[in-house]
Amino acid sequence: MGRYKQLEEIVKLMNETKRIRNTSIIAHVDHGKTTLSDSLLAAAGIISEQTAGQKLFLDSWELEQKRQMTVFASNISLTHNFKGEDYLINLIDTPGHIDFSGAVTRSLRAADGALVVVDAVEGPMTQTETVLMQALRERVKPLLFINKVDRLIKEIKLTPEEMQNKFAKIIVRVNTLIERYAPPEHKKDWQVRIEDGRVAFGSALHKWGFNFPYMKAKGVTFKDVIDAYTGEPEDIGKKVDALSKKVPLWEPILDMFCEHLPNPLDAQPYRQSQIWPGDLKSRVGEAMAKVDPNGPLLMCITTVEVDPHSGVVAIGRVFSGSVEKGKTVHLITGRQSGIIQQVYMSMAADRVIVDKIPAGNIAAVSGLPSIRVGETLAEEGVETQPFEALKYVSEPVVTVAVEPEDIKDLPLFDKVMHKLTLEDPNLHFTMNQESGEYLLSGMGELHLEVTAYRMQEAGLKARLSKPIVIYRETISRNYQGPPVLGKSPNKHNKLWVTVEKLSDEVINALKEGRISEMQKRDERQVMLRNFGWTTEDARNVIAIEGINLLVNRIKGKQYVEEIIDHVKSGFREAVHQSVLAKEPAYGLKVNLEDIVVHEDPVHRGPAQILPMTWRPIWGCFLLCSPQLLEPILSFECKVPNDFVSPVITIVQKRRGKLLDMINEEDMMIIKAEIPVAESFGLADELRSSTQGRAFWATQFSRWSPIPESLQMEVIRQIRTRRGMSPEPPRPNEFLEEE
Amino acid sequence: MGELVFVGLGLYDEKDVSLRGLEEARTSDYVFAEFYTSLMTGLSLERLETVVGKRVAVVSRKTLEDDDGEPILQKAEKLKVAFLVPGDPLIATTHIDLRIRAQKRGIKTKIVHGASIVSAAIGLSGLQNYRFGRSVTIPFSEPHSVYETPYNVVAENKARNLHTLCFLDIKAEEKRSMTIEEALKILLSLEEKKKMHIVTLDSLAVGIARAGAEDSLVKADSVKSLLNYDFGSPPHTLVFPAERLHFVEADALVKLAGAPESVKNMAR
Ligand SMILES: Nc1nc2c(ncn2[C@@H]2O[C@H](COP(=O)(O)OP(=O)(O)OP(=O)(O)O)[C@@H](O)[C@H]2O)c(=O)[nH]1
Ligand SMILES: [Mg+2]
Repeated sequence: MGRYKQLEEIVKLMNETKRIRNTSIIAHVDHGKTTLSDSLLAAAGIISEQTAGQKLFLDSWELEQKRQMTVFASNISLTHNFKGEDYLINLIDTPGHIDFSGAVTRSLRAADGALVVVDAVEGPMTQTETVLMQALRERVKPLLFINKVDRLIKEIKLTPEEMQNKFAKIIVRVNTLIERYAPPEHKKDWQVRIEDGRVAFGSALHKWGFNFPYMKAKGVTFKDVIDAYTGEPEDIGKKVDALSKKVPLWEPILDMFCEHLPNPLDAQPYRQSQIWPGDLKSRVGEAMAKVDPNGPLLMCITTVEVDPHSGVVAIGRVFSGSVEKGKTVHLITGRQSGIIQQVYMSMAADRVIVDKIPAGNIAAVSGLPSIRVGETLAEEGVETQPFEALKYVSEPVVTVAVEPEDIKDLPLFDKVMHKLTLEDPNLHFTMNQESGEYLLSGMGELHLEVTAYRMQEAGLKARLSKPIVIYRETISRNYQGPPVLGKSPNKHNKLWVTVEKLSDEVINALKEGRISEMQKRDERQVMLRNFGWTTEDARNVIAIEGINLLVNRIKGKQYVEEIIDHVKSGFREAVHQSVLAKEPAYGLKVNLEDIVVHEDPVHRGPAQILPMTWRPIWGCFLLCSPQLLEPILSFECKVPNDFVSPVITIVQKRRGKLLDMINEEDMMIIKAEIPVAESFGLADELRSSTQGRAFWATQFSRWSPIPESLQMEVIRQIRTRRGMSPEPPRPNEFLEEE
Repeated sequence: MGELVFVGLGLYDEKDVSLRGLEEARTSDYVFAEFYTSLMTGLSLERLETVVGKRVAVVSRKTLEDDDGEPILQKAEKLKVAFLVPGDPLIATTHIDLRIRAQKRGIKTKIVHGASIVSAAIGLSGLQNYRFGRSVTIPFSEPHSVYETPYNVVAENKARNLHTLCFLDIKAEEKRSMTIEEALKILLSLEEKKKMHIVTLDSLAVGIARAGAEDSLVKADSVKSLLNYDFGSPPHTLVFPAERLHFVEADALVKLAGAPESVKNMAR
């Protein structure tokens, strides 16, 4: 226990809900989150003052250190004295790169406040907007830190006035985003203003900073700052050091957390309805609003780690009740119970065993091996709804084929892949039945590169192919003819189906989880009615798979209840790997129109009912001018005016589409869209043709029909890769005579 | 003009085929057989080929179902083809589709009957044929789904004072067939759920093992006793008698199937 000197205080403060600040640090990639966290840790004595800023303590993984880039979100707890009172700060440092944005989504569920870090030179970038939007969507209150102010002085040599103009622009931009994405009741009061002290400026690297009240109190001005950076190099060193003694960055930042961020008692009542669909008047609902440590347990799991000593460790926010060693808990989504073996506090890569962690805090628990990210831990025996699903901003759109170099390593391969996918819910691993190849899908090239490194680290030698793009399959019009017939292979059962396109509204609702299989039937019915569905159809959605719905229009037929589960499975298989190229179907509404089921159960087992279901779905799909959808990235790039034309050339060469160009002083912001298929190697090309002067980011934007001239060729390529005949089937291969 | 002859192979081994069936097979240009619908435990393909004097091509469920029996039909368009099927060829409901397809394509079809489990089981049970209601198969349960139909069928029949013949699931491709014990347990668990007193530990049932084989076996008793009775290897069949019996039926159950004397109380 002696490793961290504040430990006892931390454990004590965990019970003082009003003194807790659960805070996430979020930003665009490289804007200085981890460097800033270092300063805060040094102040708490967790690392030494000298190494702060260079050590990047929260980038504890070897690759993070090597690349100077955060991959995993990292939790740490520290205490701070503000106006004579001790506070507990549960800090979460998050990654900035879009490929790891899943970790941001997850950690925001655990936080009530967020410090948005913005690089003063680059200004708010794509990911700044994305992470801020995510925070606001989770009802997490933002504060702003404008970082790297030293660069404005050293590199751009701004005067105090120019500097303040620059800050004003950044603040306006951030407030516009808050206005846009904040919940209606907070659009105004969550705006960050200098006068309130909710904006800080400084240099995380040089460990100085202030907000307006602190600046006043300490009597420093922007001119003092500029002076510190003027003169001979050795003088500058000394003067900046002195500045960091006079206005140490950690102090105003931690003060801001204590003063301006909500404690769990303030936050949980207004966050509750956003993140939990249960009844606010229920026992659990009321305990959650009161952050009652003695209420029924409710905890949302946001991270899962597998380590050789403790096994599977699940980290998350306790919203109600307490976690305790030996307690029996219920995993709502996993529909099983388990016993908590150990309770820990996370200290970055380290874990400290504690007896008990009460509501309002972030806790880690072991002993629940089958737990998944997003799981809801509840009190055994208390009926309750699970938390809302985590909604990621990006999708795993880049795929590689992967295999162990030595086939003898297959057991190790299985084990490693299991661990990796358990820990990283944004990593998808599938086996292709036909070709026997293993496919690994991630958020981008970097995500997969990092995953490859993790495999290596686990002692697995694996071969990864060049990136493969994953597509979606859809139809371009609704089916109009008489229902399409499918027969079971033994010809004793018949099913008629039709297929339609889902509207964009329904597709979005499915993506955002507003329509889901978990939700109550009545609630779903109301939503679908509002989207213009008939009452009958809206009531009878019986399965949802990906972005596809199954509607049961069959009435008064015998034995249907005995085979309907097989029909659902058949539907799931049909849309999970559709018929053009075995890519997932997207935006389909499949209607079961009529059915004839054989009397004797032996003639209607799954081997009969599954093909009877997927065949007419595919037949009908093929009759509706099927289309392949490709993933499109949005691309935003800020370059000096001199380099605009090479960037445009790159975009156009890659089947890109220019959307907007915005002039900002001597920089141009170029907004465009580029298909994922054309995006590989973009980083290198941009770097070399702009001499490294472009700030840019890409992010998954949408699925869009592939140009018709390319469709057949791409279908053939995918099918060949999967070991199928290159030509997709024709509709009549699935159509039956009456 | 081609011809397709469906030949029933009977119940147990290659000796159960009729002389007529054998003659049809011998005079065919091609001989196909399937063994996925039932289990002929005494049969070997080699001996069957020796008896027929021809190569016998075994076709899978896939060929008959997914490919609609196309390889058989193609041959039968021009030539004479025999298709050997366990039991009576069209009692296993599966092959009627092949016959219809053949007929549609102008192929002449013909049937040579064989002994069927339906008549064998009914005969062995000692119960009278005209008092059977509809029969049902008890399938292996699939994950996530329970079939209530078998229970419901026994219930419907009992309500009309009829016997029920239950076929037990055979997954010939997986070399798996249901035993009487497994079947009874499935029905008892449905009883627990539906509580209609249709199949209880005290209900009377008749278990039949290896109908058609030299060592076939019949035993009538309460479900409770049958659960512990050693029927030996499959195939197994199960009969649930009606609540009221004809006195000859009761007599047969006691004398031929070893039922307890009390069964006679069921006859009036
Ligand atoms: N000049 C200057 N450089 C800084 C400052 N803060 C951070 N940096 C540098 O910016 C780079 C990125 O810093 P990090 O702290 O790793 O940034 P991050 O936001 O955690 O990055 P990701 O986690 O990868 O998104 C490093 O090279 C830092 O030394 C600052 O105040 N001034
Ligand atoms: Mg970082």
